[in-house]
Amino acid sequence: MKKNNLSSKVLVVIPAYNEAANIAEVIHSINQEFPHFDIVVVNDASEDDTGEIASQTKLAEVIHLPFNLGIGGCVQTGFKYAFQHQYDIALQFDGDGQHLIREIKTILSPIYDGSADCVIGSRFVQDDESFRPASIRMLGIRLIRSVSYVIIRQYITDQTSGFRAYNKHTIEFLANTYPDHYPEPELIVILGINKFRIKEVFTQMRERQGGISSIPLWKGPYYIIRVILAMLMASLRTKKIHKY
Amino acid sequence: MESIRIQYIAIIGSALLLIFVLFLIKKKRLKEEYSLLWLFFGLVFLAISLWKDALDWISELIGIAYPPAALFLILLMAVFVIMIEFSVIISRHSNWIRKMGQDVGLMKNEIEQLKKKLDSK
Repeated sequence: MKKNNLSSKVLVVIPAYNEAANIAEVIHSINQEFPHFDIVVVNDASEDDTGEIASQTKLAEVIHLPFNLGIGGCVQTGFKYAFQHQYDIALQFDGDGQHLIREIKTILSPIYDGSADCVIGSRFVQDDESFRPASIRMLGIRLIRSVSYVIIRQYITDQTSGFRAYNKHTIEFLANTYPDHYPEPELIVILGINKFRIKEVFTQMRERQGGISSIPLWKGPYYIIRVILAMLMASLRTKKIHKY
Repeated sequence: MESIRIQYIAIIGSALLLIFVLFLIKKKRLKEEYSLLWLFFGLVFLAISLWKDALDWISELIGIAYPPAALFLILLMAVFVIMIEFSVIISRHSNWIRKMGQDVGLMKNEIEQLKKKLDSK
């Protein structure tokens, strides 16, 4: 049952924590480019007025979480919303202006033509000068990438990308199952072993405009060990849908 | 004499631990489900202090030359098991809290949407 582009209900999920500086612009530009998309901002108990600013645009539904859940719990709230309101496609888009509106088409097309259940917008698929992470960080990225490949037998180059699109079937799965902290690489493993078709597409990204990176460099080793442990454990829960 | 005195202290100590845990359960400051391990190890300590050859027997069985070391081993094991149980309970609770937070957020949004619908009528 293939639907054409216009009849698919698309929800843009924007997880937002202290993004007051960028959130309004992000909402406005998505709405301008894709007026038929619905937008939901999940305000992860921001300390600034991210939530109020998002509401004032009148272009997005805003979900205010009562306390900070971290990116995993925050994004999952958006997928629960998408599931409850029966959206066909959910697009995860960061509120910090790092993702480019013009790349939304790229990321949605494999979902529209039915060739993937989950599409990841990647900084690395093509060699591009627009984004170069620090080289120590690159080492960690390589390590996580290899572990992921060993488990799911598919190369996903940008493990931590938060620019992703999911079809209806996957939305239902994610509403029930979503990893907690630093969830992106673990989620790839979970989707992989549950036989969801993952596709990675190249998307240009901007350097962060505001806010701080979610992983400071000194936390790097801790992050890597934690993520790899989570990935290995997830791989042992083969195909048993694990409810968090 | 010395060993008899330490035995009395051990018996009183383990009995106090048991009584304290039971007291907390009675006052509803401790749930039964989380107190089972405390009661179990309280009874183990009491048994060891009442049956004083137990430590010698255990240390010989597992090859410990110095019997008090067996006591430390049992104590450490008790603390480890109880702490692992705590970690499990904390993880379970943090999953519940997360789900609750998400539901609260979604429900607040739903209320807002319903209010808007009512206002526009």
